[in-house]
Amino acid sequence: MPPPTVPHLDLQDRAEDSTVLRVLRSTGFRLAVLHTAVFIVSAMALVAFIYWATAGAVNRQIDAAIRADVLALADRYREGGHAGLVEAIERRITEDADNEAMYILIDSDGRRVAGNVDRWPAIVPGEEWFELQLERGGDRSVARAYQFLMPGGYRLLVGRDAQERIRLRDLIVDALLWAMAMIMVFAVLGGVLVRRMLLKRMQDVSETAMTISQGNLSRRVATGERGDEFDMLGRTVNRMLDQIERLMNGVREVSNAIAHDLRTPIARVRARLEEGLRQPPDAAADRATLERTIAELDNVIAIFQALLRIAEIEAGARRAAFATVDLSRLLADAVEIYSASAEEKGQRMSLEVPAGLRIVGDRDLILQAVANLLDNAVKYTPGGGSILLSGRALGGEAEIIVADTGQGLPEAERARVTERFYRTEQSRSTPGSGLGLALVQAVAQLHNGSLRFEDNAPGLRAVLTL
Amino acid sequence: MRLLLIEDDADVSRFIVKGLRESGHTVEHADNGRDGLFLAASENFDAIVLDRMLPGGMDGLKLLETLRATGNRTPVLFLSALAELDDRVKGLKAGGDDYLAKPFAYAELLARLEALARRGQSDAPTTKLRVADLEMDLLARTVRRAGRLIEVQPREFRLLEYLMRHAGQVVTRTMLLEAVWDYHFDPQTNVIDVHISRLRQKIDKDFGTPLIHTVRNAGYIMRGEI
Repeated sequence: MPPPTVPHLDLQDRAEDSTVLRVLRSTGFRLAVLHTAVFIVSAMALVAFIYWATAGAVNRQIDAAIRADVLALADRYREGGHAGLVEAIERRITEDADNEAMYILIDSDGRRVAGNVDRWPAIVPGEEWFELQLERGGDRSVARAYQFLMPGGYRLLVGRDAQERIRLRDLIVDALLWAMAMIMVFAVLGGVLVRRMLLKRMQDVSETAMTISQGNLSRRVATGERGDEFDMLGRTVNRMLDQIERLMNGVREVSNAIAHDLRTPIARVRARLEEGLRQPPDAAADRATLERTIAELDNVIAIFQALLRIAEIEAGARRAAFATVDLSRLLADAVEIYSASAEEKGQRMSLEVPAGLRIVGDRDLILQAVANLLDNAVKYTPGGGSILLSGRALGGEAEIIVADTGQGLPEAERARVTERFYRTEQSRSTPGSGLGLALVQAVAQLHNGSLRFEDNAPGLRAVLTL
Repeated sequence: MRLLLIEDDADVSRFIVKGLRESGHTVEHADNGRDGLFLAASENFDAIVLDRMLPGGMDGLKLLETLRATGNRTPVLFLSALAELDDRVKGLKAGGDDYLAKPFAYAELLARLEALARRGQSDAPTTKLRVADLEMDLLARTVRRAGRLIEVQPREFRLLEYLMRHAGQVVTRTMLLEAVWDYHFDPQTNVIDVHISRLRQKIDKDFGTPLIHTVRNAGYIMRGEI
């Protein structure tokens, strides 16, 4: 029977497995590996260059000397035949004070004809360059040599003692190999450090995300003054969180609003219908009830649609309809639509806008925003007053101002009038849903603009920047 | 008019079919996309009322795209609970001629349908419009009633032109706003009524029989004889 701990162990194994996999998949790990690889490759390139420039140069120098020697000997052979060659070789040997040069000339039977090497070394006949152990007067040494095939089956080997140089080269190679090993250790260490640094800087972002997913929407990523990529990431994340918080608040506000402000008219509709049902049937009265009920429901629908519209605009999902808008034309149209209502109330409505003022935006929504502002101005300006709609370019933005000579807005109320369903004391007697300015605010935000209210002394100036 | 209604909700369908028949139109009804497409493609209608969301794997948008791909140009009015602004744009882009969000007033639906069906017929370019003794010269841009020249501003001219072109039909405030000012927005208050009342001052006030009539809970109608 298997011990009962087996499944547990199994699970633990798997958990460790997934930890390993997670580390392998992590960006930090991959960055560290990349860092290490780049470090090693560039170090290798450097080592290769050093080798080529030092040990390689030693080799090339020897080879060049041998090649020159062989060419000179070949010349001697052409001029003086075998005898000349042998004489030249012997003279070279006697002149060689450092005892570095080595020669051996053999005939077709392999007998030594001239030279200071004891016997022809065991080498492959086809190749030209060799590095070999030679015996010379009893001493063994390492040489670099060149094999040269001559007419009549003679073969000439010209070499240079390379013992010292090869030792030097080996020293260089050794040093380079050690350096390489150190570099690799440092590269791996560096990689680990890079990963740890990354993790440390990421930690705040992921901790923030964790806190937020647990419901605390106010937490933000700490951003430093460095302005590096991580600070940029932090700021972007914070902006996103601000937007999410705004949307969440919007959702909460809407549900609160629905609870408070839609229940009332719906309750009224219900009461009216129930009352109609309780009364004795009377065609005319029933009809009146139905008509009033429909009107009431239409009002509910209008509020509902306005709410949805604001929510939709706030979600920023409507930039698809953005295009270049002729703002001058739009403002003129708005004044034309509303000036008739203003005249009915004995107000004067005028327009001040330069021709050809253009912005990028949503035409219908901008008109809706301007219309809501004008509608308010007409509502709250007494007869004989005047309303001025003006537009002007301000940097890369456009400023639309609706200034009236009405009762104005107390400073304390200015911030609150853009809240959904907020109605000032003086506005409660006039019809309206309390959503008009919330919509203007949403439109402004969609266009990365703003809505603010100023004193027009007397009256109100609504400044919409888009 | 011969109309086709493609709508899956039984109550809404009954309400629309009953209303349209009472208004003197012939109505065919399909309660799913496939039957609707079959009817729309195989028979001739003056206009189609099409719900956006339909059961049976074919929604309103796809149905209309398929229908338009066959070269069928019957005017289509979208009816939809998807009232978001982008949905409206999508519906019109797919080849819809008009878009009405649920919930809607029957009068609005009827007025829009009649305007749509009429649009197909009166394509012939006219230079003069006439309703009773009211005359409009589209080239000289003048308006006369009983031979008397009436001064109207450019926008009033367009408003009057729209009413005259749809004489005998109910036009709603939203239709006027969209057709005359070319904006799709909610005017909050009765701005259209104010414009109409100014037009009435010029057209109807000094003459015996009024031509512009208010239709309660619906809009306006221009009519010569009652």
